Amino acid sequence: MKVQQISIFIENKAGRLAEVTRVLGESGVNIRALSLADTSDFGILRLIVDKIDAAQEILKSGGFTVNKTDVVAVEVPDRPLGLYSILETLDRGRINVEYMYAFAEHDGANAVIIFRFDDPDAAVDLLRKTGIHMLDGEAVYNM
Amino acid sequence: MIWNDEFETLPREAIESLQAKRLRQVVERVNATVPFYRESFEKAGISPFQINTLDDLKRLPFTLKQDMRDNYPYGLFSVPLEQIVRIHASSGTTGKPTVVGYTRRDIEMWAELMARCFGAAGVHQGDIIQNAYGYGLFTGGLGAHYGAERLGASVIPMSGGQTKKQLMLLQDFGSTVLTCTPSYCLFLAEAAREEGIDIVNLPLRVGIHGAEPWSEQMRGEIEEKLGIKAIDIYGLSEILGPGVGIECIEAQHGLHLWEDHFIPEIINPDTGEVLPHGEKGELVITTITKEGIPLIRYRTRDITRIIPEPCICGRTHVRLERMSGRSDDMMIIRGVNVFPSQIESVLFKIEGVEPHYQLVVNREDNLDTLEVQVEVNEVTFSDEIKELQSLSRRIQKDIKEILGVSCQVKLVEPKTIARSEGKAKRVIDLRDQA
Repeated sequence: MKVQQISIFIENKAGRLAEVTRVLGESGVNIRALSLADTSDFGILRLIVDKIDAAQEILKSGGFTVNKTDVVAVEVPDRPLGLYSILETLDRGRINVEYMYAFAEHDGANAVIIFRFDDPDAAVDLLRKTGIHMLDGEAVYNM
Repeated sequence: MIWNDEFETLPREAIESLQAKRLRQVVERVNATVPFYRESFEKAGISPFQINTLDDLKRLPFTLKQDMRDNYPYGLFSVPLEQIVRIHASSGTTGKPTVVGYTRRDIEMWAELMARCFGAAGVHQGDIIQNAYGYGLFTGGLGAHYGAERLGASVIPMSGGQTKKQLMLLQDFGSTVLTCTPSYCLFLAEAAREEGIDIVNLPLRVGIHGAEPWSEQMRGEIEEKLGIKAIDIYGLSEILGPGVGIECIEAQHGLHLWEDHFIPEIINPDTGEVLPHGEKGELVITTITKEGIPLIRYRTRDITRIIPEPCICGRTHVRLERMSGRSDDMMIIRGVNVFPSQIESVLFKIEGVEPHYQLVVNREDNLDTLEVQVEVNEVTFSDEIKELQSLSRRIQKDIKEILGVSCQVKLVEPKTIARSEGKAKRVIDLRDQA
């Protein structure tokens, strides 16, 4: 039930973010979701894309430092307290969230939250037992 | 292999008596032929006839790089120009280059010493030497070349740069020995990896690296990435060029300095006082056989010490510890002496950190600042900010602990720091412009 995310090191200087999206776009890679974490000197761009291996290769040959990480995609009902119920479950199960970001599904009925856990296997187990709906990689890449 | 068995293993007393004899000759010669020396001896109140033993050497005045500049271009030559068969010059990044001239015998002697160096590095006839030191005014290319021919090895005069072609020759010509700067060697390894070339499994066996300071950790990196033995060689154009000294492959510890041609001294760079064997200071060299431009007590600005213990290889010539830097490379940051090589050692000890770094020194509000730029690679990169920040802090802390100087660490993208094809530019000092 894990989804692969690629992250890219970006120095804090003009045009680097644009360069990443240009390189990917020109090779026909489509971005499904993204999040940018930044400090004063550098940023980390995290992407879910439709073609992970291709994206990683293209960025590497473009001179970027790229890593792959396992994340978990959780479907959240688009209503008040939808996210809370999930976070509360994680909290009770003592699962740490390193970071998270969200996007909406095309039909608008649900939101999808991408979670980065320190222990993704334990998190997947817990979420599954609690009956929380997760999306597998293929579902997210082809969204 | 010991190339010149007779001279490389001379007993200590024989070396010293030869040195004393040659010292007397050279002092008399420069006094008679080089006005600069005649005046400088006079000023010091020394007559050449007072120089009889090795112990008298310390009575003579030093020769500085500035003296070479002041006597530009031919003022320190000891023979008429008709007897000079080759002229080399330093790069001269600041002002005029320093010029050196060689007589036919000097060229012969240089080839002999360079052949000894190749022998000490385990190179022999039958080896294919890819010489990637620059050919031209710089002494590296031609110096190594003549030594390789003297040895009887096959030399490829590749010169520096043209990385793709270097890699092609390494594969197609089956080069077994590579001579280049250490930073270029790592640059080649990186380029090979990008081209998908398995450089470790090529016939390449030995690398001979010099012309810039490098660390023991960098040696480890070169040996691992290229699958070779990496040997440190020492030389400077004022004294000869490459071949003044070299490590032997047996010990890989300390550079044997050819004492039948040079007399080394270690001095306190501030007072000029000669230090006892084993103490660290500035290396001073007197050339005792050179004809074109003999130098008396030349201050190399290289910081090292003499290793007093005899070497396992059987050579009797003294060993100099790996140069910890040139006193010119030394930065003074808020009163603390810092050599780039010390920072390099700290970086190498951190898992995954690569030797691509640059130091930017600046002055803000009358306070020196040091920024250490380190490239992020796949090993050190993490998708979590806190991991990268802890890497920065770790580097900062280690530098502070080991060198006693605070710095800012800036993580930069791969290939941000210019790769050198010659000597690596490690320090950018913006203080003079501020």
